[in-house]
Amino acid sequence: MDRLLEVNQLTKRYAQGNVLARIVITAVDNISFDIKPAEIFTLAGESGCGKTTTARMVLGFEEATSGTILHNGKPHTRKEKVWITEGVQAIFQDPFSTFNPLRTVDSYFHETVQNYRLARRKEEAIALIDQKLRLVGLTYQEFAGKYPNEFSGGQLQRISIARALVTDPRLIIADEPVSMVDASLRMSIVNLFKKLRDELGVSILYITHDLATAYYVSDRIAIMFRGNIVEMGPVEQVLMNPRHPYSRLLRDSIPQADPRLRWRDTVTLAELEQEEYLRKGCKFAGRCPKVMEICKRDVPADIVIDDVLVKCHLYNESGGGS
Amino acid sequence: MTAMKQTILRTDQLQAFYVLDMQGAQKIVKAVNNVEMRIYENEIYGIAGESGCGKTTLLKTLFNDIVPPLRLVGGKIYYRIGSEEVDVTTLSPEEKRKLRMEYISYIPQGSMSVFNPVLKLKETYEDFVRSHVSGQSREAIFELAYKQILTLGLPRNILEVYPHQLSGGMRQRVTIALASLLQPRIMIGDEPTTALDVVVQRGVIQMLKDIQQNLQNTIILVTHDMGVHANIADRIGIMYAGKIVEEGTTGQIFSRPQHPYTRFLIDSLPRFGDKNMRSSVPGSPPSLADLPTGCPFHPRCPHAQDICTRQMPDFSHIDENHKVACWFVGEGHHGQVA
Amino acid sequence: MNVLRDLFRDYRFFFSFIVLMLVLILAFMSIFSPYDPTLWNVVPRDMKPSAEYWFGTDSNGQDIFWQATFAVRNSLIISTIAALVSRVIAILVGMVAGYTGGTTDRVLMFISDSLLVIPLFLIMVMLAMLVRQYMNLVVLGLLLSFFGWAWDARLIRSTILSLREREFTRTAVLSGTGTVRLVLNEYIPFTMPLIFSTLINNISWAIGLEITLAFLGLVNLNIPTLGTMLNWAITYQAMFLGRWWWILTPVFLSLFLFIALYWLSVSISEYLDPRTRIQRVGA
Repeated sequence: MDRLLEVNQLTKRYAQGNVLARIVITAVDNISFDIKPAEIFTLAGESGCGKTTTARMVLGFEEATSGTILHNGKPHTRKEKVWITEGVQAIFQDPFSTFNPLRTVDSYFHETVQNYRLARRKEEAIALIDQKLRLVGLTYQEFAGKYPNEFSGGQLQRISIARALVTDPRLIIADEPVSMVDASLRMSIVNLFKKLRDELGVSILYITHDLATAYYVSDRIAIMFRGNIVEMGPVEQVLMNPRHPYSRLLRDSIPQADPRLRWRDTVTLAELEQEEYLRKGCKFAGRCPKVMEICKRDVPADIVIDDVLVKCHLYNESGGGS
Repeated sequence: MTAMKQTILRTDQLQAFYVLDMQGAQKIVKAVNNVEMRIYENEIYGIAGESGCGKTTLLKTLFNDIVPPLRLVGGKIYYRIGSEEVDVTTLSPEEKRKLRMEYISYIPQGSMSVFNPVLKLKETYEDFVRSHVSGQSREAIFELAYKQILTLGLPRNILEVYPHQLSGGMRQRVTIALASLLQPRIMIGDEPTTALDVVVQRGVIQMLKDIQQNLQNTIILVTHDMGVHANIADRIGIMYAGKIVEEGTTGQIFSRPQHPYTRFLIDSLPRFGDKNMRSSVPGSPPSLADLPTGCPFHPRCPHAQDICTRQMPDFSHIDENHKVACWFVGEGHHGQVA
Repeated sequence: MNVLRDLFRDYRFFFSFIVLMLVLILAFMSIFSPYDPTLWNVVPRDMKPSAEYWFGTDSNGQDIFWQATFAVRNSLIISTIAALVSRVIAILVGMVAGYTGGTTDRVLMFISDSLLVIPLFLIMVMLAMLVRQYMNLVVLGLLLSFFGWAWDARLIRSTILSLREREFTRTAVLSGTGTVRLVLNEYIPFTMPLIFSTLINNISWAIGLEITLAFLGLVNLNIPTLGTMLNWAITYQAMFLGRWWWILTPVFLSLFLFIALYWLSVSISEYLDPRTRIQRVGA
């Protein structure tokens, strides 16, 4: 089994507006990717690029319009609870709303243990929970009986990871797990992902807009733009030598913590997001510095150059070069 | 160049605490604790720190918007208006209101709440301007607004729409345009780019820089993102637990950070092309309602010594413009019990 | 006990608690009444309040104090039945509509919206006339409850709708929690303040409506309630004939009851509000 998760030609469309003025927005447009065991795979892009929708479909919280999602080679529909059958877990963006503020945090752990029948006695359950908490650098003693607001955002996010680990998942879906955590504490979360991958062999679907942490932590990356994967491949290649003009723009727009690397050129912003969704041809054509006639007419094909998949007309003919 | 710079905003031993009554028990949150700062004309001053370090409260205090439960416990805030320095904490509410927009303006983080959702943007603009400048005709206001909008490269028809029709980034840019419309001498931004996408964030930062260049005014910018500071700020103040612990030019802060906390902050940032192990600042930020004794960073500091637990260090000046409050920085053991 | 101590810091709670206790004691005293409340001419007519007849007597020859104990008891029974039954309906409809969504939601909300828009009072007057001969405390309570749930079901539904989108719902789902447990553990605590305050508001609404119906003579006037007492007093022109004790007794009793119930609901819902609860937990 070399593929833990396989996503094939996944599409999700939403109808917006009322009966009279209906627009169909394609939030996720025919994307395919796979995740191997013990791999951190990043889906990166800006808000509205479809990365969160993809995650929700993989988790089974939303139904795909078309396409298939295979967990361990088996297809799943929305009705099947993949987190029970396939060992998939998730952690969310906002650590403060991950847990109900009126419940103690440990109650979630005990509930998980009970629901998945992971322990027969209370002591066994506590030992199991304590073991998972130690993986994230906490202990049962310092967390039992406390409410979510007694922890900092970084701690809560680590607790959230520990909760996901209780069921020994093979795949963890992390939707923007660090964007609401202080920059100074992000590394503690991201390093955990590395540790889980290296020590437990867990795969992680890391969804983020932050390419700097993506570069730091992931093995492969897919850059999404308006529902499409525009570039996908090993992180070293995609981020250090971005081929798609959008990947380049995104990479260059990450503010670098080095005053010598300030931005010099100016950037054009999209005026209307909806326009980009509905655009024919390449959706980036409206802002692309290297736009050609063909970009406005035809949707570019997926072209593979040295392990990297690029969806851009620039690479139509030859096998590379720009 | 620095000697010639005029101070435009100065605080003196500023202390602003939240006094909360929690079911009978009083709780004091020391959000701004003995802050002394000088901010110059024609500069972008960045304030960096973790969430819950008091940076938003410091901004509110600098904006002279101190409303209960926040209380000014001690110290003064001076604005230099024209050629004289005014202690603005003593002004009447009417005088304070007059200063807003025209002299000092505020850019909030969530721009949705700035605009009235049922009014077109131009109507909000009109109301805003009316309440600050009397005797302007409708046409004159719009002429001013349109001129500015074109200068800033925003689409001309943007004032004809309702706030919800704009994307977050566009709305934030209109908010900034409005905040700078009356050419204030000081603009204060509280995480103005945090909720935005990276490309849009870049556009907004670019716009802030352009405005500052045009007006030659002062921008005070709070954000936890050191990358943003590196890109825009001239000088940076590092805030920790209600205090400024280090201050210097952007170059100094990034190339020679002195305070252990600053070093952690900068070292914890991932960089492209460098996959070496990085670690977070250890521990968690302290609660402002229950501060550690002495230097508030000592429980998280790997270099902490006995003195750190007992006494807050004074600033030592390691360089021109560069000062740091740490017992182990500077010429030996500086300022032993000042 | 901490709960009560915290609540008693609020003067509104303190006041309403005392008033409600007095009212309850009054209702409880009906057991010791020396007279049958349905019999007339058991005491001399139209006596002013005195040591023997504390609140005086009325033109039917009934002792107003003892009559009032029955009236308060019956009014409370009616309104409690109305409030409890309508709460059960509101919670069930609101939870099911909010959590299931889709067609179920639309059907349930159509019914509750219909109840909200049709002129409730007219329907109730007609129904009351229809069932007048079978009218007793329970029937009246059920009648009121049938009209009292629609708005609160909507409130509960909208709370559930917003809670369903919160991330902790998904955390619970990923923890393997089923729907029923999810609703009971995660959502009910958030709707508690709402349910409590609407419960109390509903009690005072039911008391008020009962008074109105009785005032119009649409209930069994032989059952003493605050409304029927008032009805009798008005019918005998107690006000013009200077028998103020007769009319003021039900008026003051209902007034105190309304104020006490209102303040109780305000202070309790403030106390139960998740936001203030979270602050307390954090303190």
